[in-house]
Amino acid sequence: MEALAELARIDLSEEEKHKILKDMGGILEYVKQIEKIETNDVEVEYTLYNAWREDETGEDRDFSKDSIIAQFPDKHDNFLKVKKIL
Amino acid sequence: MIDLKTLTIEKAHQAFASGEFTCRQLAEEYLKVINDKNAEMVAYIEVFDDVLAQADEAQKRFADNTATLLTGIPFAVKDNILIKGRVASAGSKILENYVATYDSTVIKALKDAGSVFMGRTNMDEFAMGSSTQTSYYGPSRNPVDPSRVPGGSSGGSAVAVAGDMSLVSLGTDTCGSVREPASFCGLVGLKPTYGSLSRQGIIAMGNSLDQVAPFSKTVRDSEIIFNALSKHDKEDSTSVPDALRVTKNKPGSKRIGVPWHLFKEGVDEVVAENFKQTIEKLKADGHEIVDIELPFCKYSLEVYYIIMPAEVSTNLSRFDGIRYGLSEDAENLRDVYKKSRGAGFGEEVRRRILLGTYVLSHGYYDAYYNKAIKLREKIKQEILKAFDEVDLIATPTTPITAFKLGEKMDDPVAMYLCDIFSAPANLSGVPSLAVPSGETKDGLPLSIQFMAPHFSESSLFEIGKKIESLR
Repeated sequence: MEALAELARIDLSEEEKHKILKDMGGILEYVKQIEKIETNDVEVEYTLYNAWREDETGEDRDFSKDSIIAQFPDKHDNFLKVKKIL
Repeated sequence: MIDLKTLTIEKAHQAFASGEFTCRQLAEEYLKVINDKNAEMVAYIEVFDDVLAQADEAQKRFADNTATLLTGIPFAVKDNILIKGRVASAGSKILENYVATYDSTVIKALKDAGSVFMGRTNMDEFAMGSSTQTSYYGPSRNPVDPSRVPGGSSGGSAVAVAGDMSLVSLGTDTCGSVREPASFCGLVGLKPTYGSLSRQGIIAMGNSLDQVAPFSKTVRDSEIIFNALSKHDKEDSTSVPDALRVTKNKPGSKRIGVPWHLFKEGVDEVVAENFKQTIEKLKADGHEIVDIELPFCKYSLEVYYIIMPAEVSTNLSRFDGIRYGLSEDAENLRDVYKKSRGAGFGEEVRRRILLGTYVLSHGYYDAYYNKAIKLREKIKQEILKAFDEVDLIATPTTPITAFKLGEKMDDPVAMYLCDIFSAPANLSGVPSLAVPSGETKDGLPLSIQFMAPHFSESSLFEIGKKIESLR
């Protein structure tokens, strides 16, 4: 549980760790049922369609740069500021 | 006095066009009810402050003859659908003050039509839930019986329409999150074909499962909204191009498949009885009822509860306290993530993120996630194969009627079972419609659900209207 919390980058209290462990146990018991079902003959056939577009900004893209910058928790000039990484 | 109980989109449109009442007058009527009832029922987290101004703008289109069916029509909008300049919090503390920086495509379409947005509606946090009890803002209540849940996760949107606080509303349906509340509140709920309505601007939960889905009191209203919003969107790479939107539907009487074996047990007596009676009415009306077998569909919920948490754990990793939303201060970057997410996410959200992290982690990936993917494909193939034999598949919408607030909160799996009939449609991408089919002797709504082949919503609307006429 602690390893998962670390991977998911969520702080959990001691109490929570126990509770979620218990809940997850129940859920996993339930979903584990699929383990015994035979699926080896599944052939996933997809008709693929290319939805990619050219890398252009386009005229009709409408988002508010000001609103985005205004919501940075921490900033310097118009740059997003984060804690030291190195 | 406008009769809100029986109002429909077309009746409102007629009234606007003839001058019987104005867009503003209709909006005012809803605002009055909101004023009376929203504090108790909690349909809305926020009622927008410019509702009347929006209504006046819509009115102008009637003056200059540019109005369409959806002009001036009040919509309640689920809190995970972005409206530029408005807060969209997905029912969560981590986005409590997040202001949308662009319009979602479906909102743009409604703005173009001149619809009126009443406010943002309550929902289970990040759409995780079947009762609207996990919202950071508190639970919503069922207008039919306020001691009971309205269902979820789009509970607020259901309450808004069922409680006469809006004419229609938008929710999202990832595994029954519109159809289940529709069942509990006596409304029509449509989950469109995956890829038919744009997901651009919809806060993602399970991106291979999510669809914007409308609530209404009549099937015709659901049809009108679907027709207006079902369009290819190049901003959404999962949006299906027009050329590929091919329907199998032929108007006329239908062959309806019923997988009786799926609800031999686990369904309330009163629900099973009502379903049987409704099927009998359809038979008497000239539709052929066919027994079908869907053995893999039995595992739909298990498959869903592996795939969805996996997608959730990825989709919610963007909420990290860095660019927007709740941000806790800390010494280093990793702790900013951990503390922000720790403080901002509720219990159900944490549970599902951790579950998803687990099923995707080394050593478990094959046993859980890969297995679920294969089983999902089998479920999809099974449903599509059924549509070689029948035009529609019918089941009860939910195995139970609306339960009391507080129930099922201790046992996550008991809560998940509410969506047992909803899952196949989201897993296979086919459209599905929930229609009211009667009431218990205590007045609790009952509902029947139909699934149709991809892009055959017209088939659903046909049968739905038939159910309405036979009720």
